[in-house]
Amino acid sequence: MTISFNLNGKPVAPAVPDDTPLLWVIRDAIGLTGTKFGCGIGMCGACTVHVEGRATRSCITPLSSVAGASVTTIEGLDPAGAHPLQTAWIELQVPQCGYCQSGQIMQAATLLADFPSPSDADIDGVMGGNLCRCMAYVRIRKAIKLAAGRMQGGTNA
Amino acid sequence: MHKIAISAPSRRGFLIAVGAAGATFGFARIVVGAPGTLVAADPVASGLFEPTIWYGIDRAGIVTVNIIRAEMGQHVGTAIARILADELEVPWEQVRILHVDTDPKWGTMVTGGSWSVWQSFPLMSQAGAAGRQALIEQGAKLLGVGVAGCTARGGKVSGGGKSISYGDIVTRGALDRRFAEAELKALPIKPAADRRLIGKPVGAIDIPAKTNGTARYGIDAVLPGMVYARPKLPPTRNGSNVVSIDDSAAKAVPGYISSLALDDPSDTVPGWVMVFANSSDAAIRAADLVKVNWTAGAAASVSEKQIQDRGAALIADPKAGSLVVDDAGIDEAFKAAKTKVAATYTTSSVLHFQLEPVNALAVQKDGRYEIHTGNQWQSLILPVLAKALGVTEDKVIMRTYLVGGGFGRRLNGDYAVPAALAAKALGKPVKMLLTRADDARFDSFRSPSVQTLRMALGDGGKVMAMEHHAAAGWPTQVMVPSFMPKGKNGVPYDPFAISGADHWYNVGAHRVRALSNDVANAAFRPGWLRSVGPGWTNWAVESFIDEAAHAAGVDPVAFRLRLLDASGGNAGSAPNAVGGALRQAAVVSHAAAMAGWGTKLPPDTGLGIATSFGQERDMPTWCACAARVHVDRKTGIVKVEKLSLAVDAGTIVHPDGALAQVEGASLWGLSMALHEGTTFTKGQVADTNLDGYTPLRMGDVPDMAIEFLPSTEVPVGLGEPATTVVAPAIANAIFAAVGIRLRHLPMRPEDVRRDLAAARKA
Repeated sequence: MTISFNLNGKPVAPAVPDDTPLLWVIRDAIGLTGTKFGCGIGMCGACTVHVEGRATRSCITPLSSVAGASVTTIEGLDPAGAHPLQTAWIELQVPQCGYCQSGQIMQAATLLADFPSPSDADIDGVMGGNLCRCMAYVRIRKAIKLAAGRMQGGTNA
Repeated sequence: MHKIAISAPSRRGFLIAVGAAGATFGFARIVVGAPGTLVAADPVASGLFEPTIWYGIDRAGIVTVNIIRAEMGQHVGTAIARILADELEVPWEQVRILHVDTDPKWGTMVTGGSWSVWQSFPLMSQAGAAGRQALIEQGAKLLGVGVAGCTARGGKVSGGGKSISYGDIVTRGALDRRFAEAELKALPIKPAADRRLIGKPVGAIDIPAKTNGTARYGIDAVLPGMVYARPKLPPTRNGSNVVSIDDSAAKAVPGYISSLALDDPSDTVPGWVMVFANSSDAAIRAADLVKVNWTAGAAASVSEKQIQDRGAALIADPKAGSLVVDDAGIDEAFKAAKTKVAATYTTSSVLHFQLEPVNALAVQKDGRYEIHTGNQWQSLILPVLAKALGVTEDKVIMRTYLVGGGFGRRLNGDYAVPAALAAKALGKPVKMLLTRADDARFDSFRSPSVQTLRMALGDGGKVMAMEHHAAAGWPTQVMVPSFMPKGKNGVPYDPFAISGADHWYNVGAHRVRALSNDVANAAFRPGWLRSVGPGWTNWAVESFIDEAAHAAGVDPVAFRLRLLDASGGNAGSAPNAVGGALRQAAVVSHAAAMAGWGTKLPPDTGLGIATSFGQERDMPTWCACAARVHVDRKTGIVKVEKLSLAVDAGTIVHPDGALAQVEGASLWGLSMALHEGTTFTKGQVADTNLDGYTPLRMGDVPDMAIEFLPSTEVPVGLGEPATTVVAPAIANAIFAAVGIRLRHLPMRPEDVRRDLAAARKA
């Protein structure tokens, strides 16, 4: 049976086995490559997407588990690629190699949904699962705070 | 210390001609625009003016700069294009960059050694000046004024109260200007005070695409009709042979196609079996189920301890190795010494763990092979690919992609070979992907090392002589032995594996002996990993200098400043090392001041200092780090509270990019000091994924202060140098905090607890 779900606002029904990890469904079958393969065991965060708004490691999420669900990838986070996190990321020049950054941004988006004004401890706790091998951590933290400030409508953090 | 032969690009002269492009890019490519826009490159239609092979100007005045360096996070295209655009006098908004595919005309294509900006600066300055001169000459003609009264600025030539844009000059054509070699050299390069782009803030061109999913890495490459593949890796990196393949279980995986033992004339991937399927997931699953019977290479019984024991044995053999530095009178100085200090330092194996696992897409098309992959040293792997495929080198082209983490892993392009062999065997495009564990097992990881250092001290703690003996696996010996110069005793050495030991301290008579660990070289393929040799040599030098300072009863900062007196061979010389050791002394003083050196600290808290000249004496990047740590005596956990770094890298081209490199490099140093490392065990690395390998995470990041000393000297490299100072600064800080001296990397809590317990007993 073909599994269907909603990807970035559009219904999709890829013809692949039910147990295919969502990561490969998105990358190989659908052809959206912004979501990255890093560790394959859910420990680096490069493959992070949103399932029903929750940050989810797509490399360990079988297709069958997202039947009927809404899935968002980096390509669908904002129609213009101008989510406050994305603009903060550019403003503070966060990415180095950039490979982990889709996952970082998707994880940070749910961080801000849960903690609109995150403390350093909140950031450490939630972002600790996202590895940045270039170690752009200093800027990731700053950009999260900058975006948080703007999303709150307050002053720039 | 060493000169690396980098062949110059084949000059087509500095030919000035209109419409000479078109043949340059036969492949539909994307040019990334300065404001982050993506536009298709169409050089034929635009009627390019190509003053040199390095860039073209189209009829709209858009300058497209050809970048031969890999983009792997250093924003290298931005820095290189800024150098060119500044000298060409073109507004940044009119500049685009193009990361080009391989072509012999580019000369050596390598991105490593922190060389890119240093090597590109003179070349791009000259290329910009040549274009500017040609445009002024032609612009003057079109304006009907004399060349002497014309200036170039903001993409226009102005004179006699009139001006004409570069685009209009190109459009009106008739540009035909050649520069003889002597004329080129005489072209005026702008003085530093007239720079408009170099040293000024700018957003990196590559960044916007890295925030929205559009950035294209090698792993994202696709071709119609391609087959997916994952290898079955043999039990040893070298010398394994396939005996039999049983794929009966894999046949149950939907999409599984076949398995094939690769026949590799280049012997790059001996014993590899490729498992083919119609998707990444099917290839990954099927490979798990394919059973291969191998005869293993000799390394199957080799472990880290044997490698390190071999290193120690080599050091103990006075006849072994290459004498890189061997001053007269050293043995006499040791005999006459009042006090002698000696210590041995070791480091564990370290994985690159670049986040994008190695991969490549290969296809045979129109009689030649195309390899789509991110790579740092195309010129090294192209001849290997040609040998593997049984074709001449001109039949292989590498398509360029963003690199999802380099750190030296992709200097070794071995991963391109199995994809190419598979494409040849199948007659179809093959996209080969390694899983994370495959990638770790196939890594050219940083060799473990053993180093013994000795110092002879005379009256008043004066340093009379120093010896440094360093044993490790040598990447350059294994992969490009022609790059090895000969030591004083005629024995070749890997310059990248010993650099750093030839420091700028005045230590009297000095001896540096580099020892190639043959057990390591045979057991795995040692790799160049961010900062390479200085990553371990400077760990030893700077820990040892600290030990010597304490033995001499001198403050560690004062002791270093005393030795960095720029006397004799350490005076420095133009162009790259003007000022010599005095510039290193300056960063030491600066970092110490930043950290509040000498102030009273809470209990079990200490400050440690370390310094280095970066990657090589011929291109010194002066840096120093002061680390403040707190040691928990009960758990042994070392908390790094703050890193203060001072860097003098000469002229800074792209300031924010430079800062990012020092941030990343220093945190790499911290990660290798306290968080990551593995052990070679029976032919394999013990840790292959994040369940066992534990690089630095967000919560481990200390406070960071980074300052660049202002300079207009030659711009040198920044990708690696800060990596080298952090571990010794931390070890020295631990000593200052609790009085124990750790001499092995990584420094784990159990090491701290063990040494604290030993100190209590003593």
